[in-house]
Amino acid sequence: MARALINVPAKAKRGDIIEIKTLISHEMETGFRPDNTGKLLPRDIITDFVCKYNGQEIFRAELYPAISANPFFTFTTVATESGTISFEWSGDNGFSATESAKITVE
Amino acid sequence: MIRGVAAVLIGAALSVSVIAAEIPSSERKSGYDLMAREIRAMQDDDTANPGMLSVLDGEALWTRKAGAAGKSCADCHSDAQSSMKGVAARYPAFDAARGRPIDLEQRINICRSDQQKATPFAFESKDLLALSAYVGRQSRGMPIEIPDDPRLKPFLEAGRDMFNQRQGQLNLSCAQCHNDNWGQKLAGAVIPQGHANGYPMYRLEWQALGSLQRRLRNCLVGMRAVSYALGAPEYVDLELYLMWRARGMPVETPAVRP
Amino acid sequence: MTTNNDDMQHATRRRFLIDAAALAGSLGVGLALTTVPASATPESMRGAIRKVLGEASAKKGKVKIDLPPLIENGNAVALTVSAESPMTAADHVRAIHVFTEKNPQPNVVSIYLGPRAGRASVSTRIRLADSQKVVAIAQMSDGSFWSDEIEVIVTLAACLEGV
Repeated sequence: MARALINVPAKAKRGDIIEIKTLISHEMETGFRPDNTGKLLPRDIITDFVCKYNGQEIFRAELYPAISANPFFTFTTVATESGTISFEWSGDNGFSATESAKITVE
Repeated sequence: MIRGVAAVLIGAALSVSVIAAEIPSSERKSGYDLMAREIRAMQDDDTANPGMLSVLDGEALWTRKAGAAGKSCADCHSDAQSSMKGVAARYPAFDAARGRPIDLEQRINICRSDQQKATPFAFESKDLLALSAYVGRQSRGMPIEIPDDPRLKPFLEAGRDMFNQRQGQLNLSCAQCHNDNWGQKLAGAVIPQGHANGYPMYRLEWQALGSLQRRLRNCLVGMRAVSYALGAPEYVDLELYLMWRARGMPVETPAVRP
Repeated sequence: MTTNNDDMQHATRRRFLIDAAALAGSLGVGLALTTVPASATPESMRGAIRKVLGEASAKKGKVKIDLPPLIENGNAVALTVSAESPMTAADHVRAIHVFTEKNPQPNVVSIYLGPRAGRASVSTRIRLADSQKVVAIAQMSDGSFWSDEIEVIVTLAACLEGV
């Protein structure tokens, strides 16, 4: 599975707005780049990224070739309860990756 | 672009028979200082630095058993955070068996073939870069320090000569851009001093992590000069000189550069 | 997901510049319609925006694009889009869509938020093929659309490799 770097605070106070940072390894081949014979390299990108908090979707993104290689997203959510924040990436050629992080909310 | 090249050539004419003046140590600047705020922020944040993905891969490889000997790096070197501290800051290092300096990637491959009895990694391969990035990361913040070893001297001189020698269709030397015209613009991009203090680095132009040798090859291609195959001794001599030239500067691996 | 323009066979910048120069030099604007554009145009960006807006129009305001005005390398440009909103169940940002004028394809990203976000502020890194205009459209929970646009200058690396 592709390497991912997730940054979620381990602890938060109920009601706090926390920042989540995600970085995943992926070339995001645009489909517009020629190889050295001039032939276009086929598109191969991550197209969707979803973040869920205890199963509830809190953030979603549709990615296009204009997203840089190794897609990076920073977004926020309200710390509502302790549990699991999960991340799922999917894309061309059946690409799929998942990660999760635990959070304690007091 | 024409104006930039003309400026460089005029500068070159003025310094043609002099061993190009090195940058005084008080004026030495890392490429970090010359780049935009947003790119510096990318380097500073380990959770946003794309080079860290390779460091994490390297961390995983460190404990993976490999080769006929079924050993991992950790089996001999245990915890990299202590055993590899300071190592990247003093490479390229002299290898007595080979009678010449070798760089960190070559050192990793020697361990791989001699100790692990595994096939060496290809230069610029994902795994080799990951291990090199992981080892390099253990020296982050430490000053670069090439030891005053008399055995290194002839190779250091060879590297220095290459740095100062005019070459290629543009008849440029590394020194003309990186000693004499750093800070100025070449086709809209700022010319850095060209220090080797953050390799392997994530170059935005590559959208990937790459080694110093990859960067040197690109420079040579950019100068329209003949480049060498990866792993060539000429590169290691030049790397040795570049690390010596950057002595005292803190290691930034994995650096991010435009 | 929009489909790419299938005919972008030679969508390198160099190719586009050569084509554009040849067209400008010899044929004039009218005949340009018979050849296929090698990159997005302000028109295809408008088309992509229209897909999001439908019949509605977007008012300027409430959403903000943060991009450095001068970009050293177009391969990974730090972008932040944010919108003023209390982000409550009754009043929040539903989505923010980002578009470019001159990339080979007009869409950059579509972000879906909701009241659980706390704040409508998202950062990512995008590719910008050229100096151009970048547009953001935010859709609010009341169905209204808001927009922002910004012009940026993108420079290239001095020594291009693999040329």
